Amino acid sequence: MYAQMIKTDAAKVRDLSEMSAEERAFQERIDRGEKIEPTDWMPEGYRKTLIRQIGQHAHSEIVGQLPEGNWITRAPTLERKAILLAKVQDEAGHGLYLYCAAETLGVSRDELIELLHAGKMKYSSIFNYPTLTWADIGAVGWLVDGAAIMNQVPLQRTSYGPYSRAMIRICKEESFHQRQGFDIMMKMAGGSEAQKRMAQDALDRFWYPSLMMFGPSDKDSVHSAQSMAWKIKINTNDELRQKFVDQTVPQAEYLGLTVPDPDLKWNEDKGGYDFSEPDWNEFFEVLKGNGPCNEERLGARVKAWEDGAWVREGLMAHADKRSVAKVAAE
Amino acid sequence: MQNDPIARDYLFEWLLRRGDSALIMGHRMSEWCGHAPVLEEDIALANIALDLIGQARLWLSYAGAVEGRGRGEDDLAFLRDAWDFRNLLLAEQPNGDFGKTLMRHFLYDAHQVLLLEKLLSSRDERICEISEKTLKEVRYHAERSADLVVRLGDGTQESHQRMQAALESLWPYTSEFFETDETDRAMAEAGLAVLPETLKEDWSEMVGSVLDAATLIVPKTGFARTGGTTGRHSEHLGHLLADMQFLQRAYPGAAW
Repeated sequence: MYAQMIKTDAAKVRDLSEMSAEERAFQERIDRGEKIEPTDWMPEGYRKTLIRQIGQHAHSEIVGQLPEGNWITRAPTLERKAILLAKVQDEAGHGLYLYCAAETLGVSRDELIELLHAGKMKYSSIFNYPTLTWADIGAVGWLVDGAAIMNQVPLQRTSYGPYSRAMIRICKEESFHQRQGFDIMMKMAGGSEAQKRMAQDALDRFWYPSLMMFGPSDKDSVHSAQSMAWKIKINTNDELRQKFVDQTVPQAEYLGLTVPDPDLKWNEDKGGYDFSEPDWNEFFEVLKGNGPCNEERLGARVKAWEDGAWVREGLMAHADKRSVAKVAAE
Repeated sequence: MQNDPIARDYLFEWLLRRGDSALIMGHRMSEWCGHAPVLEEDIALANIALDLIGQARLWLSYAGAVEGRGRGEDDLAFLRDAWDFRNLLLAEQPNGDFGKTLMRHFLYDAHQVLLLEKLLSSRDERICEISEKTLKEVRYHAERSADLVVRLGDGTQESHQRMQAALESLWPYTSEFFETDETDRAMAEAGLAVLPETLKEDWSEMVGSVLDAATLIVPKTGFARTGGTTGRHSEHLGHLLADMQFLQRAYPGAAW
């Protein structure tokens, strides 16, 4: 779940009888399961919300390169180095598809990047946590990509065509990412005492921030209800969080690791686990910029962008010279 | 050659030179991941880093097999100290700005293309196989880096100045491509490789024409910085290895 708490501008979700003819036709297309394409008519709120959501998702992919990138130069074997590098490169690729999907809604990649750098757009809270040991690379794949997949699999059916198609490609790669994360965890949990300690420590630190990835409960949120009516959000945050916990707890048991929640318990009646809520005050502090790595993460992105300005300008200048030369030759 | 202990030592030494340069270049490239000037370049640099690390694995695995002491690619990459590394000094130079990384890569790529083309006719079957596989990648790297050198050399005034500065800083390291010692002579005499000095003319021509198109001036200096291929490195390699080898050194014998 790389998009959190996306606002829709809606004060309430209107029913078909309250809509204009255009809007009603649009909603009926969505209700029939048709895809909306870039040249189709769409309500301004739908377009704006999608820009926020896809943009935040794209930013998360790019900022998300950093915590894992932190271990590329220290990967323990050449094979692990190659796998991690390929994985982080995939994240950059996901960012690229998503920025392209956002561009079909009339906003440029550069505009979105400027909004990110100015603090006017967010990226997922999870990437403001540090990767302190090699086991964290396992935990990020297993838990963070695992949580992201929970949300992204249903989003393959989202109503906006370009977003849906980007999600289909992304999901194929994400499931490989999750498997490589779990593979690292298996090695660590079955390794030396020090490796087991790293594995447990990684789970201890990443468990609650992973649960936060789904966002606070949105069962009463008008924004979520509107997004669900538009099919740009498919499940509630609580549904996805429950599904994630139910999937992950048996995996932690298989690894011989302990989920850091003394109240975690199987509930036969609901057919799922009861579990503790994460500390939502911490979540809001992280969103405000007070997480352990907010400054480093955004700082690294801004630095890369500013340091690279001369490269982008140089390439554009050369392209201009070539087109002038071409025109002159014609 | 592998049955004769002296000849085997030469082959091992020569294979380390190939593997270590690819590894250290790849490592440096991988440092860019997440920090490149534009998303497409981030992806491209990671791709090149992946190719180089893949090449390092092929050369180092073969080196380990030739040595016959049970050392694999990871033993060679993670458990040797700087003085046993045989990479070019050029490879270990810090990335600097994007222009310096690009220039380092361009100078190296041109040499690699010429070297690997010759190695296709090595009398060692495995050298031929590795060269054939890696040449495909390296030809693409060379085409791409040359194209970017031209674009940035002949871009804005700032990009031109940065590319010229990168060229001047790295130029003295290129002499090492063509240094020829007894290892090289033994390899050439056995028909396994070429004498490095024989590649110089073609390399100068290849690089010169690109730099010319890029409006960059080849430095006049005849000064050469060498020593990497015989284990005399710059201060930078020790830091790079401290980073790269951390886990293997801190947790000896662990499986990852």
